[in-house]
Amino acid sequence: MLADKDRIFTNIYGFQEKSRKACMARGDWDKTADIIKKGRDWIISEVKDSRLRGRGGAGFSTGMKWSFMPKEAAPGRPHFLAINADEGEPGTCKDREIIRNEPHKLIEGALLAGFAIGAHTAYIYIRGEFYREAEVLQTAIDEAYEAGLLGKNAAQSGWDLDIYIHRGMGAYVCGEESALIQSIEGKKGQPRLKPPFPANCGIYGCPTTVNNVESIAVVPAILRRGASWWAGIGRENNTGIKIYAISGHVNTPCIVEDAMSVPLKDLIEKHAGGVRGGWDNLLGVIPGGCSVPVMPKSTCADILMDYDSLRDAGSGLGTAAVIVMDKSTDIIKAITRLSRFYMHESCGQCTPCREGTGWLWRMMERMVEGNIAIEEIDILEEVTRQIEGNTICALGDAAAWPIQGLIQNFRPEIERRIAKFNNRAA
Amino acid sequence: MSSRPVAQDLEQPESFTFSAENEKAIAGILAKYPEDKKVSAVMPLLDLAQRQHDGWLPQAAMDYIAERLGMAPIRVYEVATFYTMYNLSPVGRYHVQVCTNICCWLTGSDEVAHACKDTLGIGFGESTKDGLFTLTEVECLGACVNAPMMQINDDYYEDLTAGDTKAILDVLRTGKMPATTGPQSARKGCEPANGLTTLQDIHAGGGGS
Repeated sequence: MLADKDRIFTNIYGFQEKSRKACMARGDWDKTADIIKKGRDWIISEVKDSRLRGRGGAGFSTGMKWSFMPKEAAPGRPHFLAINADEGEPGTCKDREIIRNEPHKLIEGALLAGFAIGAHTAYIYIRGEFYREAEVLQTAIDEAYEAGLLGKNAAQSGWDLDIYIHRGMGAYVCGEESALIQSIEGKKGQPRLKPPFPANCGIYGCPTTVNNVESIAVVPAILRRGASWWAGIGRENNTGIKIYAISGHVNTPCIVEDAMSVPLKDLIEKHAGGVRGGWDNLLGVIPGGCSVPVMPKSTCADILMDYDSLRDAGSGLGTAAVIVMDKSTDIIKAITRLSRFYMHESCGQCTPCREGTGWLWRMMERMVEGNIAIEEIDILEEVTRQIEGNTICALGDAAAWPIQGLIQNFRPEIERRIAKFNNRAA
Repeated sequence: MSSRPVAQDLEQPESFTFSAENEKAIAGILAKYPEDKKVSAVMPLLDLAQRQHDGWLPQAAMDYIAERLGMAPIRVYEVATFYTMYNLSPVGRYHVQVCTNICCWLTGSDEVAHACKDTLGIGFGESTKDGLFTLTEVECLGACVNAPMMQINDDYYEDLTAGDTKAILDVLRTGKMPATTGPQSARKGCEPANGLTTLQDIHAGGGGS
């Protein structure tokens, strides 16, 4: 387990004050100007060397993403930093805790990231339902301005940065970076075709970097403690510290900061009080928010919680939101609930997703009853393959994967359900 | 895709203008965006209009905002109908939104939903006759380790039991506010309920980054 001295988010539970002064006493804004004076190239290479991968789900190298931005802003084409706080992936509730309990880590990270990518303006796109969290964040931003940590010559660094909050209004798809950009521009949040990528053509057609809240909030610690410190935690290519959320059928659901690559079983047993009714009562785990495939108990015993390990197991780290289901769970019904979610959240732009998510849900509703023909299991799986990869954004993939995970890992349960239905009908 | 009921013509007001107080807020909102990109302010302005207009957004407000920002009205309608937090028809003074997504469902959102329906005497998508409550089933609200939960207006109520749910609604019905928002359990926030598994030393004093 991660040593307390290596922790970043020491106030993640909000037991202490979150005022600027209290945050500074915990180490935020400590010689920020000195870091900036080391220069943009140093910051980007340090973040690259740390091997930090984006914490929003895709796991792309943060330093690499920053390096895609043009070196200098062209006339009339200012750079923008967009921070994705549109946390809406079922199971995921980590960014909320950063925002409401550690707001200055995010703000300081925004200054460092803004400087690194040449942006004088940062928008924090926070989901609309997080109204109280947006209030806390605005208070922290106001405090930072008052103390000279934002605005002109922010934190005496010589760099100007303004941060504005843009509140979403209840569209899950706006967590997709190009939909988020559309939304900031005052449009429906429908994802854009890529290329062009945001680094060339983002907010208002200008170079833009979109990063998750957690990715930005860990940057000050990486730059202060050094890339090698971060890279020394976790495993090769899966480095650093991660905030995990453990929810569902555990005795003490919670948020916890731990090292990347901790065993899933440790997370559940050490932090979340164990599976309700004991480990043997475990049915399966969705390890990274609802978009990644469910894993059966047999996989859960010794799997490590990181990008590569979970990918190799046919699932994914996603947002590291661990959803635990015990044997009382109707797994088909659980996945059906997710299908309804994707149907509800489809932006309607691409036909495979708009029509497919509703079709999947209707099929799943029948499957819950067992009211499908046995060959329809394969038809359903085939249709998910037709949606996957054939839409502009990953919402189509995300709708497909939970069902694929269900069929792959719980086919006998589906067959039992069908047999039961047929027996009853006969 | 989601769809929501749109208010009948009879319910739609003839016109809409912002209050003097909100006019001041608008200046602050417009300042967030570049001079020639004021269209970006459409979402916060629609939200402001909804808050001013008893929690729902009449067409007159959309038209007014379109004119104000120099947008074609259809562009504003697109935004207002796309984002589900814009209510297009009247809602009760307390908009009770129950999350029934996976984490809440696993931990008892069926009981919470039932308690709401039972206490208020209405189903999802309905309002009480006295205009106090509207009950809505919603997708994940991002408080999954504090499930099950519901949102009422701007506040979250978490770690709910059926009893907590009923108690909260009963208090609101008397015109008072519930004693606590957030977790209704003994927890402060998202920490493990049985005591910390990390940060013990730091909370005993000292530490930090």
